[in-house]
Amino acid sequence: MRRAAFIAIIALSLLTAGHSKAVAQGTPLVADLSDHLVAITTGFAGTDVLLFGATEAEGDVVVAIRGPTNPVTMHRKSRVLGIWANTASMSFERAPSFYSLATSRPLNEVAGRSELERHEIGIEHLKLELPRSKASENVANEWRAALIRTHQSLGTYQSEPGRVRFLGNRLFRAEFHLPANVPTGSYQVHVFLFQNGRVKSAQITPLIVSKIGIQAEVFDFAYQSSALYGVAAIIIALVAGWLGNAIFRKA
Amino acid sequence: MQIYLPIAEMSVDALLILALGGGVGFLSGLFGVGGGFLMTPLLIFIGVPPAVAVGTEANQIVASSVSGVLAHWRRGNVDFKMGLILSVGGFLGSTFGVFLFSILRKLGQIDLVITMSYVFFLGIIGALMMIESIRAMRRSRSPASAGGRTKLHKHTWIHGLPFKMRFQRSKLYISALLPLLIGFFVGILAAIMGVGGGFIMVPAMIYLLGMPTSVVIGTSLFQIIFVTANVTFLQAYANQTVDVVLAILLLTGAVIGAQIGAKAGARLPGEQLRGLLAAMVLLVCGKLLYDLLITPSDIYSIGLGGH
Repeated sequence: MRRAAFIAIIALSLLTAGHSKAVAQGTPLVADLSDHLVAITTGFAGTDVLLFGATEAEGDVVVAIRGPTNPVTMHRKSRVLGIWANTASMSFERAPSFYSLATSRPLNEVAGRSELERHEIGIEHLKLELPRSKASENVANEWRAALIRTHQSLGTYQSEPGRVRFLGNRLFRAEFHLPANVPTGSYQVHVFLFQNGRVKSAQITPLIVSKIGIQAEVFDFAYQSSALYGVAAIIIALVAGWLGNAIFRKA
Repeated sequence: MQIYLPIAEMSVDALLILALGGGVGFLSGLFGVGGGFLMTPLLIFIGVPPAVAVGTEANQIVASSVSGVLAHWRRGNVDFKMGLILSVGGFLGSTFGVFLFSILRKLGQIDLVITMSYVFFLGIIGALMMIESIRAMRRSRSPASAGGRTKLHKHTWIHGLPFKMRFQRSKLYISALLPLLIGFFVGILAAIMGVGGGFIMVPAMIYLLGMPTSVVIGTSLFQIIFVTANVTFLQAYANQTVDVVLAILLLTGAVIGAQIGAKAGARLPGEQLRGLLAAMVLLVCGKLLYDLLITPSDIYSIGLGGH
């Protein structure tokens, strides 16, 4: 309840600030995150991210969170001598590692397919390109569906769009859940204002998901000075083994 | 209590990992086995990526082997010369194993190779242990007919190999090639399966090398330290698959569990327990085999380079 009040106040101040700005620059949309940094700490088990904003005009608001884009290799299993083994693989040149969507109305009522595709809005409209030489359109669609399905089961692509809630006519808020296995990196939060099935205005806000504290140090150590990390791991084990023996021998 | 593992990149219940370490440690103390062959599959069952399970488990085995070898060393049950020769073989074998591991990982076949190695070895070991313990239970019921005098060991073609070496502690005069080769083979398994390899090494020492049983466990533990330390280093260096946070949780549980297990072992009926361990090994083997045979819920999966 207190949080809601707090958000309302921030959003109101944002609205008034955004009002003058919007009038001056002609941008009918302002939005911001409650926090631009998601810190993965020792006790991290997922978190919520809150976006709030205001529109200058009537319309539908769509918010998409996209994780960093990476190349991805997928494997396909088939039965070899009774055993299921990976027998085919395919590499996507680029795919967002995370995708989540919130809309003020069901997406198919907000805009038509071509408009959504142009802006890559909605999981089924993400551009997941395969090298054309390697996969015909049918095959590519199967791999694409598989990539989306796998991400959905991991919770890294969220299949059900969340709700963008309007508080009054102009203020809106959207809440997202980032699961415990959320990939790290630089995210982009795209906020769209739709009018009559067309994007009227758009805004991109950055979001950083990063390991913080000892988690980050261990990870960086392991990847940046791998040899030293290996030696340290061995020393810890040697000491722990000796300690275990020494303590219990006395006891 | 949830804790985020920085390398495995997943959130786990710290108490569950401690309990796993403690449980497997208890068994290893009870039976004098390393426990890696149970721990790695269990880590995979709770969702740790197989590559991370293997690398981390090697790290944990370094600790439990050190803890174990100190006790054997004090009793003079370590043949250091034999241990060093085995370690040289193991060093080469595990280096080759990690190299193989990296290639299989890039090909997307590492999970399958790990699982199949487990099914194969757990199946054999579990079956042998089960037969052995059933026989022992029968024998204890009907008074045994004492066997005749046997030679220390039979002479076979193995004793004709070159580079003979004297191993005083083991009362052996055999070719150094044999322990080198055994060390090499077990080293490969250690790298790919994330085990110490004691379950192969101990029978090999008794039946192939003809070492006296009193020095077998101590010497095996001694060489396991070198092999698993090498695996830990190489997995950390080449594949970044050693999760120190997970290893510390596991070894804390394992060290405590092993001590309790060793004490409990003196009081509990040995043969029935051995049968129970055999049943558990076969159960884990069965579960892994089942997962290979049933149609997967999705035949597609994300590989390396994905998240």
